[in-house]
Amino acid sequence: MIKTATARLAAALLAAALLAGAAAAESFEQTLARAEGQTVYWNAWGGDERINDYIAWVGERVAEDHGITLRHVKLSDTADAVSRVLAEKAAGRDEGGSVDLIWINGENFATMKREGLLFGPFVEQLPNFALVDVENKPTTLVDFTVPVEGLEAPWGMAKINFIYDSARLQDPPRSIPQFLTWAEANPGRFTYPAPPDFLGSTFLKQVLYELAEVPKELQSEVPDEAAFERVAGPLWDYLDALAPHLWRGGEIYPASGPAQRQLLDDNEVDITISFYPSEASSFIANGLLPESARTFVLDRGTIGNTHFVAIPYNASAKEGAMAVANFLMSPEAQAHKQNPEVWGDHTVLALGKLEPAGRELFDALPRGVATLPPDELGLTLPEPHPSWMTRIEDEWRRRYSR
Amino acid sequence: MAQALQPLAGTRRRPGARADLLSGAPAVTLLLFLAPVAAGLIGTWLPAFGWFPALGGEAFGTEAWRRLLADPALPGALRLTLTSGLLGTLGALALVLGFVACFHGSPWLTRLRRLMAPLLAVPHAAAAIGLAFLLAPSGWLVRLVSPWATGWERPPDLALIQDPGGLALALALVLKETPFLLLMTLAALEQSNASERLAVARSLGYRPATAWFKTVLPAIYGQIRLPIYAVLAFSLSVVDMALVLAPSTPPPLAVLVFRWFNDPDLAMRFVAAAGATLQFVLVVGAIALWRGAELAIGRLARRWIAGGERGGGGEALLRGAAGGAMALATALSIAALAGMALWALAERWRFPDALPSGWTTRILARQADGLLWSGGTTLLLGLASASIALVLVLGCLENERRRRLRPMSRGLWLLYAPLLVPQVAFLFGVQVLAVVLRIDGTWLALVWSHLLFVLPYVFLALADPYRALDERYERSALCLGASPLRVLLEVKLPMLLRPILVAFAIGFAVSVAQYLPTLFAGSGRFATLTTEAVSLSAGADRRVVAGYAFAQALLPLICFALAVAVPAWAYRDRRGLRGLV
Repeated sequence: MIKTATARLAAALLAAALLAGAAAAESFEQTLARAEGQTVYWNAWGGDERINDYIAWVGERVAEDHGITLRHVKLSDTADAVSRVLAEKAAGRDEGGSVDLIWINGENFATMKREGLLFGPFVEQLPNFALVDVENKPTTLVDFTVPVEGLEAPWGMAKINFIYDSARLQDPPRSIPQFLTWAEANPGRFTYPAPPDFLGSTFLKQVLYELAEVPKELQSEVPDEAAFERVAGPLWDYLDALAPHLWRGGEIYPASGPAQRQLLDDNEVDITISFYPSEASSFIANGLLPESARTFVLDRGTIGNTHFVAIPYNASAKEGAMAVANFLMSPEAQAHKQNPEVWGDHTVLALGKLEPAGRELFDALPRGVATLPPDELGLTLPEPHPSWMTRIEDEWRRRYSR
Repeated sequence: MAQALQPLAGTRRRPGARADLLSGAPAVTLLLFLAPVAAGLIGTWLPAFGWFPALGGEAFGTEAWRRLLADPALPGALRLTLTSGLLGTLGALALVLGFVACFHGSPWLTRLRRLMAPLLAVPHAAAAIGLAFLLAPSGWLVRLVSPWATGWERPPDLALIQDPGGLALALALVLKETPFLLLMTLAALEQSNASERLAVARSLGYRPATAWFKTVLPAIYGQIRLPIYAVLAFSLSVVDMALVLAPSTPPPLAVLVFRWFNDPDLAMRFVAAAGATLQFVLVVGAIALWRGAELAIGRLARRWIAGGERGGGGEALLRGAAGGAMALATALSIAALAGMALWALAERWRFPDALPSGWTTRILARQADGLLWSGGTTLLLGLASASIALVLVLGCLENERRRRLRPMSRGLWLLYAPLLVPQVAFLFGVQVLAVVLRIDGTWLALVWSHLLFVLPYVFLALADPYRALDERYERSALCLGASPLRVLLEVKLPMLLRPILVAFAIGFAVSVAQYLPTLFAGSGRFATLTTEAVSLSAGADRRVVAGYAFAQALLPLICFALAVAVPAWAYRDRRGLRGLV
C-alpha cells in the first residue's frame, strides 16, 4: 500500500510539475521542512465553539509534529476571507497575503477558482490524500458540480439531517411536502436559517431538489431565465405556503444553524437542521440539547457534500498550510473529528485504505445516542451547480427579505 | 505671550519658529487621522461609481447605483436604519435631558453619575448580547415570570428581539448612549454656571425643570451638540449591535452594506461601495436635518422662554417619568450584565427555569486559552491606542492654550470626522490603503485604525475640563518663574489627573469596543474579545458567548475603576483637587 501511495505521489508530483510550469516540484519532506516555524492563519467559520475547540486541538498537534503555529481566524461567513484575498489582489499584493488556509466549499470555492485566487494544484502532493475515499465519495473530487482539480483538500463529509426533541415530538415529517402539512398543524414550530447561511441555503436546495420534476437539470449551470423560473417555480410556491406557518410567522429567520439549535433547546421550535450526522449526539454530550434529542432524515434522501480546505494564491505560509491540510486528512485527525464528543463530522477517508491502527481509531468511536446507524442515514443527494444556489439566494432575498 | 509660545523642544534662539514639537501636534494629529478617513472615503466612492480596476471596473458609471436602488432589501433596510437610529438617539437624549432637568442638584444625579462611567465602559457588543439574553422570548425576563404568571410553558412566539421594527435595537442604543450623553451633559454643566442660573430662575418663581430647560439647556446645548451628532451617526450605522439585535431580513443598511462587501459575487463590491456611500449621505442628511430641527426648535423655544411661564403641576409628572425611565434603563443595563455572568457559569439553563439548574466553570475553563489570548490582544490594543491618543490630545490642547487659539479655530473639529462618518463608509477604502502600504494585518495598522475612533472620544472627554481649568493657576506659576513645561507637568497635569485618567479610560473602552476596524485593519488576524463575542453570538453556545461578552465588559470596567480610584487615593488629603472637574 505504501508502494501504491508512493507511485501515486510520484505521478501526482509529475502532474503538478507539469501543471505548475516553472514552479519546481519538491518532495513532501522538503515541504514539511520549509513548513517548520511557519505561522499558518487558518480562516475558518467560527460560529461553533465545538469546531473551534477541534481547530485548537489541530493547532496543538501540528505544533508538536511540524513546529507550525496555527492561528484560527474566526469568520462569521467564509465569504469574508474570499473578500480579503480579493482586496489584497486589488492592491497588487500577490505574495505575503494574510490568509494561508480557508475552510471552504461550494460557491466560495467556485468564485475563488474562477477568479484565480487559489494556490495549486497541491492536493495530490499530500500523502494522506491517498487515503481519501474518492471512489465512493465522489463529492471529494467534485465540489457542487465544480471539479476540484487539486485546488482544495477534502476535510469532512456533510449530509443534511434534522434534529428534534423526541420528548416533545413523536412523529417528525419525512418529506418536504410533509413538512408543510406538519407546519400547518404546528404553526410557529419550524423555521430555517436565513440564506445565505449555508444551512438555510441547503434547506432551499433540498426543497428545490425534492420538488423538481427533473432533478438532473440542477447538475448543470442555470441555462436561462425561463428554465430557472420553470424549475424553481415549485420552490417559491412551497415557501409561500410555508412561510406563514413558520416561527415568527416567517417575518424573521434565525441567523445560522447554531442559532436555530438554540431555539430548539429553548423550546421555541421543534426541529432544527444539521449538516453533520453525529451532531445531535455531540450537542447532547456538550450540554447543548436535552438527552431526548434525536435525528431524522427524509425518505427520498437528503443533500450531502464535502467540505474542504484551500490555500489562496498569495498565502504567506503555503508549505505550512499544506502540512496542516495533510494532517487534517490523517486518520488521527479524521477520527478525532468524527467523535461525537468532539464534533461529529464524518470522515472523508476510506476505512479500507487505512492501516489497522488507523482503522481501530474509527472502530473505537462511540456512535452517540442520537446518531442514526449508517444504513438509516438514507440516500445522499448531490449538490446542485453553484449557479442555482446563487440564483435562489438572490431570489429568496428578493421575496422574503424586504 | 512670548513665554507662552516657547516651544517644548526648546529652540530658544528662534522665538518665532513654528515648526516645534508642540505646534506640530495638531498637524500630525490631523494628518494621522484625516488622511485615512479621506483616503478611505475616496477608496469607497471610486468603486461606487464604477472605478475598481482590480475587478475590471475601468470606466465611470452609475450601474452600481442602479443595482443598489433596485435592491429589494433597500427600502426595508432604510426604514429600519432610520427608525432604530433616530429613536435610539432621541430616546437617549430625552432621557438624559429629562433626568438632568428634574434632578439637577439632587444626590440622585451624583449617584447616577457614579454608575454611568462603568456603564459607559461596557462595549456595545457586550451590551447587545446581554440585552438579547434578557429580552428574548426565551430570555431571562420571560423566564422569571413563566410559567406561574404568564402560563407560558414554552416561549411565546413574539419577536421581542430582532423585531422587524428595530425597536430592540433602538432600546439597546438608548441604554448604551445614555451614559455617554449624560457624562457629556454633566461635563458641560460644570462650565456653564448652571447652579447660579438655576438659583436666579428659581428665585423668580420658575419650577425646577422649567428653570433648567429655559436657562441652562440653551447655555450648554452648544457643548453637547457634537456628542449628539456622534451618537446620531453611530446609531444610524452601528453594525455589531445590529448583528445581535436587529432582524436580518432585511438588516439595517450598514449591515446590508457589510454583507455586500463580503459577498462572494465580486460584482457586489460595486453595489457595496454605492451602499456605503449612501450610508454616508444618510448620516450627513440626518445630521443636517437635526441641525435644521435645532434651529427651528431654537426659534420656537425663544418665544417659550421669553413667555415667562413658570411651569406648573406637570413637573411632578415629568419628574416621575424621567426618574422611572432612568431607573428602568439603569436596571436593564445592570441586569444584562448580571445575566451574562449567570450564563457564563451555567451548566444547563433551560426554559422556563428562572435560574440555571446546574453551575460549572468547566465551559469557562475550556475557553481559558482563547479568552486569555484575545483578552491580551484587546488589552494591548486598548493601552496602546489610548496612550497615543492621550499624548496627542494633550499636545493639541496645550498648543491651543499656549498660542491662545480659539478652540475649534484650527480645524481640530475635523477630528470628529471619524465619529460622524459611518465606519462602513470608509473602512473598505482604508483596508485597500493599508494593503497598498503593506501594513495590513499588522499591529501598526490595527492601533492606527483604533486611534481614529479612540482619539476623538479622548478629545471629547478631555477638551472641556482642560479648557475650563482656571488660567490663573498657570499664570501664577509662570509668574513665579516656572517654565511652561514645568507648569504643565507640575501644575496642570496633576490638577487634571482625574479627567485625564477618565479620558484614558474612555479611550480604552472605545478601543475595546471596536468591531469593524479590528476586522478590516487587522485582516482578521487579530482576535479581540469583541470580534470573538460577535462572531460567537451568531449562534454558538450561550455559555461561551456570555463568557466572552462578560470578559469584554470587564476589561474597561477595571480601567474605569482605576481611573476613579487613583485620583481619589492620590488626593485623599486634598479636598479641593478631588472636587476639581
